[in-house]
Amino acid sequence: MEVSNYWYFLSGLTLLSALMVVLSKNPIHSVLYLVFTFFCISGHYVLLNAQFLMAVNIIVYAGAIMVLFLFVIMMFDLKKNIPDSKTNLTKLAGTVVAGSVLVILVAAFRTIQYPTPDESTFNPNNGMVENLGKVLYSEYLLPFELVTVLFFVAMVGSVMLGKREVGDRNF
Amino acid sequence: METKTDRFMQSIPEIIRTIPLTHYILLSSALFAIGVLGVLTRRNALIVFMAIELMLNAVNLLLAAFSSYFSDPAGQIFVFFIMAVAAAEVAVGLAIIVMIYRNIQTIDIGLLNKLRN
Repeated sequence: MEVSNYWYFLSGLTLLSALMVVLSKNPIHSVLYLVFTFFCISGHYVLLNAQFLMAVNIIVYAGAIMVLFLFVIMMFDLKKNIPDSKTNLTKLAGTVVAGSVLVILVAAFRTIQYPTPDESTFNPNNGMVENLGKVLYSEYLLPFELVTVLFFVAMVGSVMLGKREVGDRNF
Repeated sequence: METKTDRFMQSIPEIIRTIPLTHYILLSSALFAIGVLGVLTRRNALIVFMAIELMLNAVNLLLAAFSSYFSDPAGQIFVFFIMAVAAAEVAVGLAIIVMIYRNIQTIDIGLLNKLRN
């Protein structure tokens, strides 16, 4: 089997599970499909020889972010309040807008031809941890440190938002 | 010379040799459009949030593809930063959604029009 067939199979799987995220009625099914989509995208990273991104994608997205989503879904009483869906007209309009975004993007980029990578300048170690670490800790050191400030602000912000007021009931 | 070229050809992953970069653009466009569809058609705030994550991932995939095809590590560093920002965004966003649920007992975004007046 050709390796390119794997690519098409993985892409189809990615698009299908992404579509199921949007279409499924139960939010828990949506989360599970989203985890599957993230694993498919990690597979794409492996095919692109970007091992570091594959690991980070699984740890950060499929691990941390999705667990956060699942916890929040479990906190809500979803049986009691199922949000009433939008009117069919709104749904139709949304579908038309999304379809035209797709059509415009495809029409704009369809004819572009990028040259296949040159063997002499291609670096197969590009996506490896060693290479990326060297770049990250030299050229991009300041943004990397600023990310810690961002995380601190996000942590303080979510604690502030989640804190109960004095008169609140506890469930 | 022949063997040297062969060795260099093998150093390029087969996907990068056989799949044109345009295919990645089309795949990412489709993923992004699915994300737009989710944001526009769903009312559950959590699913809208997940659709935003889908759009972020479409962009990440395209950045990683360009980075790999042109052997430029800056693209993958950028994806790393986008993931970090997305994690912070999800933490704060979910805290806001929990807060909204605690106040009005629903996560239907259609009922969040109180800011209008």
